[in-house]
Amino acid sequence: MESEVLVSVRDLKKHFPVTKGALRRKVGAVRAVDGVSFDIVRGQTLGLVGESGSGKSTIGRTLLRLEEPTDGTVVFDGGDLADLSVGGLRKVRPRMQMVFQDPHACLNPRMTVSSIIGEPLVEHLSMSSRERNERVEELLSLVGLNPEHANRYPHEFSGGQRQRIGIARAIALNPDLIVCDEPIAALDVSIQAQVVNLMEELQDLLGLTYLFISHDLGMVRHIADRVAVMYLGRIMELADVDALYENPLHPYTRALQSSAPVPDPAAEATREKIVLVGDIPSPSAPPPGCVFSTRCPEAVDRCRTEVPVWREVAPGHGVACHLVG
Amino acid sequence: MTESGIASQPPASQPYASREKVAATASGAGPKHRSLRGDVWRQFRQHKGALTGLCVFVFVTVASFVGPWLMPYDAVEIDIKMRNLGPTWSHPLGTDNLGRDMVARSMVGGRISLLVAITAMALSVFLGTTIGVLAGFFKRLDGVLMRLTDLFLALPVLPLLLVIIMLFRDSLRAAFGPEQGIFMLIVFIIGVTSWMQTARVVRGEVLTIKQQEFVAAAHSIGTRRRNVIFRHILPNCLSPVMVAAALGMAVAIITESALSFLGLGFPSDFPTWGRLLYDGKDFINLTPMRVVGPGVLISLTVISVNFIGDGLRDALDPKLRSR
Repeated sequence: MESEVLVSVRDLKKHFPVTKGALRRKVGAVRAVDGVSFDIVRGQTLGLVGESGSGKSTIGRTLLRLEEPTDGTVVFDGGDLADLSVGGLRKVRPRMQMVFQDPHACLNPRMTVSSIIGEPLVEHLSMSSRERNERVEELLSLVGLNPEHANRYPHEFSGGQRQRIGIARAIALNPDLIVCDEPIAALDVSIQAQVVNLMEELQDLLGLTYLFISHDLGMVRHIADRVAVMYLGRIMELADVDALYENPLHPYTRALQSSAPVPDPAAEATREKIVLVGDIPSPSAPPPGCVFSTRCPEAVDRCRTEVPVWREVAPGHGVACHLVG
Repeated sequence: MTESGIASQPPASQPYASREKVAATASGAGPKHRSLRGDVWRQFRQHKGALTGLCVFVFVTVASFVGPWLMPYDAVEIDIKMRNLGPTWSHPLGTDNLGRDMVARSMVGGRISLLVAITAMALSVFLGTTIGVLAGFFKRLDGVLMRLTDLFLALPVLPLLLVIIMLFRDSLRAAFGPEQGIFMLIVFIIGVTSWMQTARVVRGEVLTIKQQEFVAAAHSIGTRRRNVIFRHILPNCLSPVMVAAALGMAVAIITESALSFLGLGFPSDFPTWGRLLYDGKDFINLTPMRVVGPGVLISLTVISVNFIGDGLRDALDPKLRSR
């Protein structure tokens, strides 16, 4: 596979201001994303894992400039998205799309399926309504739905089918990049596999690049080529999927992996689990030093005072931890 | 096919074309082209109250606009010998103190009352929805527009009405004639003093809808903001707008009645339902039907409009419609 970088994120920051009082005085900031850098190679899938509140979804939204980044650059196919005006951004929109988490909330309940999937076509192309209907039917069969159902409303479909509609909308304009914001988190386990398989098929068929945000480690291992592990707005470890799962270096990655059950009762009963104590700290007051130091089972004094720098310990395998290397 | 086929995926071996044929023969008509209007009307008919309301409203409207031509009496014809009659066969609602037939007067009065109600309601709903959507959607306008709404809510309506009417009645009369001038003035006054509730409710609704993922999806597609508002935001705050419209019409009829009742509305030889009430109140002991007639008409219209609004709101919601 050619290794052309499609998206290059450098030192991306997104801080939400915390205001107080009638005058909206700024008293602090929630550092949802705090200096994140990664590349996504064209045609590949980057998995982004982390627990709730680690800033995964904010990265996805900031990447597409649904949220304005506080700092940093997002270079998409050679052009910096952060510099674009509203009109310029609109021209790039067809090339990067998003699949949302909640299949019930991401479709307008008052629009029919054909108008939902047809909306990007209406906005960006000048098609006759017949051409548009044909394209909508083609997209519906592509995602495994019955084209006859184009005139139905979203509530007439099940969760998995709605997610397919969301995917059809995302691929309507033949995008390069699709940000998948926990696309399977709200689905039944039996449906999750179907949707993930559909996404893989579409990736092969259309040459899509995915940023796959999830907290399901098993699913990420299945679909991703590279995986980034996030904690409190920062990337802890970033590696190829095999390297990360076979040889996790960061204590947080090990803890996350240990929290996923093993589908073998005997192994599950005897294996040693790393149980993290406490909650993820507030992103408005992150701990000094390494953000994970408050919960890290291996933390030493240095971790609580000094922010670990990003180090590439093996080709393509980076980690931010004092104890590694 | 219409309901049962939703959950089941078609078997892969069966091509869609043949399935469609099967479905078409089974249910009589393929579900391929359902018109929105047909769906809405089908659901609207299910709502008994709304249907009754619609019948009553159409009856009152037709009676008001067509009725006067069919009546043997003219609304302004004075027959002094027949004055202050109770209900008789020839005068079902009696006559007034000048011998004018009350049925004919109620019909003619209905024209103005309904016209005022519909136009004032449209103005008020338009203002309220526009301001509510702008305040909810554009954060920068929110503070200004909502303080403006508070300002209008804090205005004492009745003294304001008196001042406006005193100031502008004569110039408007001179410009557009006595009836048209006062009509515009009253519609304007009612519209401008009754949009605030709508604006507040719509703003709240827009704030909720704006956070939903389908709006983020529209932004990520690159939908223009104007289209986001008209395609995604507005249709989803339809139910409070419908309620506001129904209530607004009721408020308009009642405010117009109140204005006429205070003697500030239309001229005295120009019957409206409120004016008829006002004129009839002095004779309430002598000929009670003079007050009962217009009073019942006002209530009937207001209630029927409320039911119509209720039914429309349900019919326009695809979730309720499919059942």
